[in-house]
Amino acid sequence: MAKELNVFVENRPGRLRSVAAALAESKINVRTMTLQDRGEYGLMKLIVDNPEAAHLALVDKGFACALKEILAVSLKDKPGSFMKLADAFLKHEVNILDAYGFVIESKKEAVFCVEVKNAAETKKALITEGFRVLEEELYDF
Amino acid sequence: MKTSYWEKEIETIDRTSLKKLQLKRLKESVAVALKTPFYKARLKKAGITGPDDIKHWEDYKKIPFTTKDDLRECYPNGLLAVPMDDVVRLHTSSGTTGTPTVIYHTKKDIDNWSDLIARCIVATGATEKDIFQNMMSYGMFTGGLGLHYGAEKVGMTVIPMGGGNTKRQIQLMKDFGTTVLHITPSYILHIHSKLAECGVKLEDLKLKKAYLGAEPYSENTRKKAEDLFQIDAYNSYGLSEMNGPGVAFECVHKCGMHVWEDTYLVEVIDPKTGESLPEEKEGELVFTQLVRRATPLLRYRSRDIACIRKGQCACKRTHRRLSRITGRTDDMLIINGVNVYPSQIEEVVMRIPEVGTNYQICLEKEGTLDKLIVKVEIYSKLFKGELSEVDSLKNRIKEELRAAIIIHPAVELHEPGSLPVFEGKAKRVVDNRAKL
Repeated sequence: MAKELNVFVENRPGRLRSVAAALAESKINVRTMTLQDRGEYGLMKLIVDNPEAAHLALVDKGFACALKEILAVSLKDKPGSFMKLADAFLKHEVNILDAYGFVIESKKEAVFCVEVKNAAETKKALITEGFRVLEEELYDF
Repeated sequence: MKTSYWEKEIETIDRTSLKKLQLKRLKESVAVALKTPFYKARLKKAGITGPDDIKHWEDYKKIPFTTKDDLRECYPNGLLAVPMDDVVRLHTSSGTTGTPTVIYHTKKDIDNWSDLIARCIVATGATEKDIFQNMMSYGMFTGGLGLHYGAEKVGMTVIPMGGGNTKRQIQLMKDFGTTVLHITPSYILHIHSKLAECGVKLEDLKLKKAYLGAEPYSENTRKKAEDLFQIDAYNSYGLSEMNGPGVAFECVHKCGMHVWEDTYLVEVIDPKTGESLPEEKEGELVFTQLVRRATPLLRYRSRDIACIRKGQCACKRTHRRLSRITGRTDDMLIINGVNVYPSQIEEVVMRIPEVGTNYQICLEKEGTLDKLIVKVEIYSKLFKGELSEVDSLKNRIKEELRAAIIIHPAVELHEPGSLPVFEGKAKRVVDNRAKL
C-alpha cells in the first residue's frame, strides 16, 4: 500500500516552510501535498519519493508526524474515468475519509489518493473492478 | 450618613470587652479543636493539651499555624470536630494538586455565618425592602450560598440567579427592579457593556448597590462601576476556609472592610518569619475561627496580603478594618472570581500521555472578563497522523481541566518544541490581563 506522510502543523506563518526546509535538506522530492485545516492547526499530507526517509527527517527535527497507508488509484486522465471510480466506490459502499488527486502525465494518467476505513478490503474490491492500485511506483514516476 | 446595625451591641462592643470575648471564645475553640485528630497531635506538640493552657489573650501566639496543606492532609475528616449527624452542610474546594479540602458546618455554624452576612448587608444600608440579585455561583463555591442565607435573614427579596447568562441577568434586574447585586468586579463591568445590546437603559433599572468580591480590584474599578451604574459599590472579603464571604465587609463609609473580630481573630504576619506586624503594615492575613464548631481552624494562613487599618470608623463599629487585598504569598490565580493554582492545571496536562511535557498558562482579557488559555504541545511519539484524534485530544483536555478547575479554558495545541522552554523552575504563567 502507498504511504502518505502526515505532519501536524500549527496554522501560523512559516510552518509550511520549516517542513519544506527539512524535506529539502534531506533531498526529498514532494510529489503532491494537501492540507487538512482546523483553524488553529492542521495536518499536512504529503506524497514524497521516499516516505521513510522523509518521515525520519521530520522526526529528527521534532515534528509530530506519522506515515499512513492510503489507496492510490491510477486513473486515465480523461472525462468519465473519475465517474467510473465513483461508481465502484458506490457499488462496494466505500465511505471516504479524505481524498485528493493529481495528474501524473497530462491526458494520460492521473492518480486519486483516498483514505478509507478498511483499506485492504477496498483495495481488493478496486482490483476486481479492474483498477490499478499504485504502490512504490507512486513515489517514482 | 445613617448607620444601621444588625447586631448593634456586638458590632459596637468596646475593645476591652471584645478582647475578653475573644479570649473566652478562643479557649472554647481550642477545646473544640482538640476533638480532632489533627489538632490533638498538633497542639500537644506545642504544649497545649486543654483550653486552660490558653490563659491570656496573647497566648494565641502559642498556637502553631495551620496551612492549606494541613487541610489537604486532613481530607476528608481529619478536621471534623462533631458527629457527622450534626453536620448540615459541607463545602469542598479543589486543592492545589488535586486533593480537595473540606469545611463542615453545623446548623449553628450556618446560622452564625448568616448573621455575619446580615451584619454586612445592613452595614451598607440595605434593608428588607431591597431586591437582592445574587450573581455569585451557588454550589460548592461559597459566594452564592453565603450571601443568600444572610440576605434572606435580613428579609430581602432574593433572586438566586448565580453566575453567568448575562441576558437573563439583565432581564431579571429590569423585571424585578433589582436594587442590590452581589457580583464580581469584572462581571459588573461586563453587564454594563451588554445593557444596550439587551435594549435596557440605565433608567429602566432600580439598582442602588453592588457588593463586589471574589477578585482583587482597585479603587478605580470601584469608581468605574459606581459611575457606570450610578450606584454605591462595597468591597467584600472572605475565604472558603473561613466559611466564605462575610469575613470582612465595607460599611456605608467605604473606607476599609470591618473584620468581624468576635468571630475571627485576625493577625497580620510577615509571611517569611511568621512575626506579627503592626497596624497599617502589609503582610499575610491569618485567621482563627472563634465560633465554628464543625471545622475549627486555628491561625490559618490565608496567603492573602493586606493590612489592618488604624483608627476607628465613623460608623462606630469597633471591629477593625482591612485594606484591599493587594496580593498573594503563593502563585494562586484568580480567574473570573475562581481560584486556580497553576499546579492544578499542570496535574491535568501531565496525566494525558498524548501531550508533551512543556505547556503554558496564558491569561488574557476578553472585554472585561478573564480568559484562560492553556497551551500544550503534541507528544510526537504518540501522534498517529489522525486529525480527528487531535481534535478529541483537545476536547479531552478541555473537559478534564473544566472538571479540575471549574472554569472553561481555551486549549491550544502546538507543535512539539514550539512553546518556550524554561530552565529550572518553569515560569509557565503568562498573565497579560490589565489590572482591574
